[in-house]
Amino acid sequence: MILAVCIKRVPDTNARPQVAPDGKSINPQGIEWVINPYDEFAIEEALRLKEKAGTGEVVGVSVDPDGNESILRKALAMGVDRGILVKGGSMFDGAVTAELLAGVLKNVKADLILFGKQAVDSDSYQVPSLVAHHLGLPRANVVTKLEIQGTKAVCRRQIEGNEELLELSTPCIVSCQKGLNEPRYPSLKGIMAAKKKPLEVLEAPPIEARIEILKMEPPPPRPPGRIVGKGREAVPELVRLLREEAKVI
Amino acid sequence: MPDPILVFVEQRDGKIKRPSLEAVSEASRLAKASGTSVSAAIVGSDVQALAADIGKAGAEKVYVIDDPRFKRYAAEGYAKAVVEAMRRAGATRLFLAATAMGKDLAPTIAGLTGSAVATDCTELKLDGDRLIGRRPVCAGKLFADVAFKKSPGIYTLRPNVFPQSRDGSATPAVETLRLEASDADSRSPVKDVVATAAGKVELTEASIVVSAGRGLSAPEHFKMRDELAAVLGAAVGASRAVVDAGWRPHAEQVGQTGKTVSPNLYIAIAVSGAIQHLAGMSSSKVIVAINKDADAPIFKIANYGIVGDAFEVVPALTEELKRVLHH
Ligand SMILES: Cc1cc2nc3c(=O)[nH]c(=O)nc-3n(C[C@H](O)[C@H](O)[C@H](O)COP(=O)(O)OP(=O)(O)OC[C@H]3O[C@@H](n4cnc5c(N)ncnc54)[C@H](O)[C@@H]3O)c2cc1C
Ligand SMILES: Nc1ncnc2c1ncn2[C@@H]1O[C@H](COP(=O)(O)O)[C@@H](O)[C@H]1O
Repeated sequence: MILAVCIKRVPDTNARPQVAPDGKSINPQGIEWVINPYDEFAIEEALRLKEKAGTGEVVGVSVDPDGNESILRKALAMGVDRGILVKGGSMFDGAVTAELLAGVLKNVKADLILFGKQAVDSDSYQVPSLVAHHLGLPRANVVTKLEIQGTKAVCRRQIEGNEELLELSTPCIVSCQKGLNEPRYPSLKGIMAAKKKPLEVLEAPPIEARIEILKMEPPPPRPPGRIVGKGREAVPELVRLLREEAKVI
Repeated sequence: MPDPILVFVEQRDGKIKRPSLEAVSEASRLAKASGTSVSAAIVGSDVQALAADIGKAGAEKVYVIDDPRFKRYAAEGYAKAVVEAMRRAGATRLFLAATAMGKDLAPTIAGLTGSAVATDCTELKLDGDRLIGRRPVCAGKLFADVAFKKSPGIYTLRPNVFPQSRDGSATPAVETLRLEASDADSRSPVKDVVATAAGKVELTEASIVVSAGRGLSAPEHFKMRDELAAVLGAAVGASRAVVDAGWRPHAEQVGQTGKTVSPNLYIAIAVSGAIQHLAGMSSSKVIVAINKDADAPIFKIANYGIVGDAFEVVPALTEELKRVLHH
């Protein structure tokens, strides 16, 4: 079984990203970069499926404007067999990313392509479905449970209050949500092994941008917090304020 | 007419989802400002009767795609239906509510039309003939103004942000569209819907959310959160610490790796206010924090705070609300 995993490098969720001097991008200075948290579920799921099958290959693919290898190396340390890094593309234009990924993935010929449900920087929820469109594959997004039964992928996906059940025929695309599994940490042995694993670097071909970011800014500051009082005695005043001042109840 | 807008209206089990009507209302507001038209597309099985509500929210015309195969959501079939409605309407802009279905469907439509998606917009503004979507990135730590370089522009609108209007016509023009048999086929149809939390108020659509964190110290204490929520008709949320401890399901997690919510009122009980939690809820209109630590970061963004023990304050708050709201 060949499994592909799409992995994005994103700012650490602890970071408070600042706007760059151009006023329309994120200032990379001082940011610590990590594997997109949801992509860790995708990596873990691929590793488990390969382990269960007893054979196979897990291929990690990342599109990165800076051509930075660090997160693919970490994926290799977790157990991914080889990496493909596409240098170029855009942090926020999901359509460009999807075309670049589809270009690489059509040669990987994976039985299953795993994604995170969302990149926590672009928050756009679009790359997995766009790649599915380009490759003509079925897909299930926001999946919390995945079972491979022969040539079928049985997926449970989260929706409001309920879950949807999908049965896709492989090859197919699945985007992963928290709850699917518990991602492993790279072992020391894994970190040593990762240094020698193959990591191919490709230059991105030019792709037409679909969107333009005109401006980026922090949200307006909230009014400074106000303490109504201490303990149970403050409750009536809080309720009064919610009704008469804020008018929300 | 410049840049007509089409709105995809989501229904499940024959009921329209409110966030879709918010999207129709916002489209209608923009259309009035720019002298263009708004139509809507509704896809499903036996959904004809829903046109009136869509009209009231401001759609002048409703395209109905009725097909037994669309009884349940099916991504590719629904996408082709919406693209057909866009073609009929000459629409160069598409709005969808940023619900589970809207977020799933939008990128497949983007694939079919060679476009992309501006996800989870919280504001839409016209700049000449450009329609700019303002949307959160990095879970709302920053906001980006996005414009499309080519048509169509596809925007999903965050629930609970845009007011729903009701002064449109209850008798919009209705046109039934038929898809070629093969076009209604989907590669990824939903086979079944499994209920996990029937009857509860959905977190991302709720106008009041009551969340609790690790300070409640044990899963059984979440009853006090639930009782407060019940009095307010609110949805319930939790911090990641609570979810990771296995006290509450992940579906309740609010934050950067959980749900993003913007209710009118967000009550945070015994939640410290870590940056990842704030990312998911700091666009709430009014925030109330109850925490025994006066220095907890949550108080920095809370409109109203009570410093105190949740075990004492929350039951008192529930009682007080029962008293003032229910008589
Ligand atoms: C990659 C990543 C993603 C993350 N994503 C999220 C996310 O989506 N959502 C999220 O919430 N977190 C997220 N986190 C975790 C986040 O950093 C915090 O660890 C978490 O939010 C803390 O939860 P908490 O406030 O419940 O617990 P704590 O930080 O332990 O706070 C408990 C609070 O309860 C108060 N308290 C204790 N007892 C009482 C009492 N009796 N009465 C009143 N107050 C009391 C304490 O003063 C304290 O402020 C993420 C972290 C990482 C690394
Ligand atoms: N630049 C990228 N390189 C590799 N995978 C990506 C990239 N951008 C997005 N993805 C994948 O697509 C998922 C959803 O991203 P998005 O649609 O941007 O929210 C992510 O969790 C990744 O699995």
